[in-house]
Amino acid sequence: MELLSGAEMVVRSLRDEGVKFIYGYPGGALLHVYDAIFRQDDVTHVLVRHEQAAAHMADGYARATGKPGVVLVTSGPGATNTITGIATAYMDSIPMVVISGQVASHMVGTDAFQETDMVGISRPIVKHSFIVKDPRDIPEIVKKAFYLAQTGRPGPVVIDIPKDMTNPAEKFEYSYPKKVKLRSYNPAVRGHSGQIRKALDLLVEARRPIIYSGGGVIMGGAARQLTDLGKELGVPVTNTLMGLGGFPGTDRQFLGMLGMHGSYTANVAMHHADVVMCVGARFDDRVINGAAKFCPNAKIIHIDIDPASISKTIKADIPIVGPVDSVLTEMLAMTRDHKLKPKADVLAAWWKQIDEWRGDGKLFPYDMGDGSIIKPQTVIETLWDVTKGDAYITSDVGQHQMFASQYYPFVKPNRWINSGGLGTMGFGLPAAMGIQLHHPDATVACVTGEGSIQMNIQELSTCLQYDLPVKIITMNNQALGMVRQWQDMQYSSRYSHSYMQSLPDFIKLAESYGHIGMRVEKPEDLKSAMEEAFSHTKRLVFMDIRVDNTEHVYPMQIAGGSMRDMWLSKTERT
Amino acid sequence: MRHIISVLLENEPGALSRVVGLFSQRNYNIETLTVAATEDPTLSRLTLTTIGQDDVIEQITKNLNKLIEVVKLVNLSEGAHIERELMLVKIKATGAQRAEVKRTTDIFRGQIVDVTSSVYTVQLAGTSDKLDSFIEAVGPATVLEVVRTGVSGIARGEKVLSI
Repeated sequence: MELLSGAEMVVRSLRDEGVKFIYGYPGGALLHVYDAIFRQDDVTHVLVRHEQAAAHMADGYARATGKPGVVLVTSGPGATNTITGIATAYMDSIPMVVISGQVASHMVGTDAFQETDMVGISRPIVKHSFIVKDPRDIPEIVKKAFYLAQTGRPGPVVIDIPKDMTNPAEKFEYSYPKKVKLRSYNPAVRGHSGQIRKALDLLVEARRPIIYSGGGVIMGGAARQLTDLGKELGVPVTNTLMGLGGFPGTDRQFLGMLGMHGSYTANVAMHHADVVMCVGARFDDRVINGAAKFCPNAKIIHIDIDPASISKTIKADIPIVGPVDSVLTEMLAMTRDHKLKPKADVLAAWWKQIDEWRGDGKLFPYDMGDGSIIKPQTVIETLWDVTKGDAYITSDVGQHQMFASQYYPFVKPNRWINSGGLGTMGFGLPAAMGIQLHHPDATVACVTGEGSIQMNIQELSTCLQYDLPVKIITMNNQALGMVRQWQDMQYSSRYSHSYMQSLPDFIKLAESYGHIGMRVEKPEDLKSAMEEAFSHTKRLVFMDIRVDNTEHVYPMQIAGGSMRDMWLSKTERT
Repeated sequence: MRHIISVLLENEPGALSRVVGLFSQRNYNIETLTVAATEDPTLSRLTLTTIGQDDVIEQITKNLNKLIEVVKLVNLSEGAHIERELMLVKIKATGAQRAEVKRTTDIFRGQIVDVTSSVYTVQLAGTSDKLDSFIEAVGPATVLEVVRTGVSGIARGEKVLSI
């Protein structure tokens, strides 16, 4: 058996786990590990400019591929800088393994230089964490971390490694375990067949059924199963912000996103539904609006891998605990085997009603104005045209994020990458980088605003170093648009700190990092400029697009109301 | 309603902090908490009492079960069970009071485990209610110091919590 030091075991275990890229930043507590990285070629380390970005890169990679992203950071500030990234992954159930250095074991607890209790600080935002107490345990701990991160309800796992555990002078026998088992961890591998049958019976007998699906369908690899089942039954489907791409966004059966900024059609259909089947979603407050008034006439079917998600905010009439892909597969088989389908005339009446709500067919109508200024909605529609609806789209947080989710119909899963649960500004660019690194030939665009992009803009440097041709679509309205929208609606337009003064010249900034910068100010230039930007397949292009700064995102649900209580424009409400 | 939840936990450093952290993070309350290793040194047994509506208790047990170190748990309040709490209490005992405290201790089937000329130290085991009643009976004014272990519990009959 081969003899390796703890540091070498860390790197070798990652290799044996199939990891190609790790994202990180060196520092004192990790120098043994960084030396081990230097002496091998199997695992490529990507040097970021700030550890938060390392976590978001790993996260973006995980969302696009379904595999855990890996972060490597030193103790103290290196570790704490990843916290926002870990919390972002935790809130959206994204698999991630974060390896943090720690001061030597005998120094722990002495307030040593760059010491912080990483396991303590990260405890509420991880699925699990480990502290290495013996270098011989490293392979098994790494295996367990990957197993936990990606099975059951996925999530981030932290491994904290004191410096003496990686001492290059001490070598131990190394073998990477093929399997690990934890007696206390047994996630469900399939749903209860009786419950699945009950759910299906309820769904096909409903008069106004609807399927509402979320991020669980994306990360659970169940988009095909969901689409097949939806098509087989012919019922309307809506997706959460995290679930976009789970059902083809261009399909007639798709009603658009639901929730706070969901479509009128989806929200009203939800409100009137008599059976709601929720698949891999968690009745988030941004989806259900006022819990007490949520879907007053509906029986609720809830399919989720996490029992704690069920009946947390909305009581489920038929709970099904299990992986969404296997549950949907079983349900689809039952549908076909027993010829269980909604009655055609009942379904036709429901669709007639839905089509009345849908009106002219545009799920998110908006006012084009007089054509003198670029509308943010048009930017996204143009992006869709230019990328033929086939790009990986990451976003930051705010109005631009909502516009992207509304106006870019996602036809495939894992293409829409955004921070839904935590709402982390600064997520978009590093997430796009993580995706681009693994898919060097894919079109990857980061939809952002002039506020969000500045939260991790230092990563333009990393993009130069690793030749990452991300397209940055900045919708620049010189304001924190979503904050401003709320201030317009609730604070009599008192714009407390929601404006952006002293913006940099983004063109020169991009150029100073060796990239291409483009400014677009006129509506007639938008499409050609975007086409030009995407024609630079090997270069990063930073588009600074000046958009209407008075625009609001609509619909917007009225807080505490039911699903159908919405503002539809600045003056109209339901 | 008050619930007694009994948990088998991996006997590892940090496991307890995850349990306690969960309660503060999710705004659940803990009334009492006791924990010690079991006959199997790899496992700890943790018993906690909490107060909440049924839906909150359901979330508590589900979220406890999600912790990787939680091997198994049972809500003892859902079935017949025995609960015990141990109390040591120092009571002022002078003059006529000495006999009265002794008598009350006997009635409650407690034991006087330490004596000075002015103080009795009483040991008493039972349900939390019984311990409360004892303090009430001797009179809170005479009580100098109280230390309680928190509730431990076990199911009645043949049901066992083990792996």
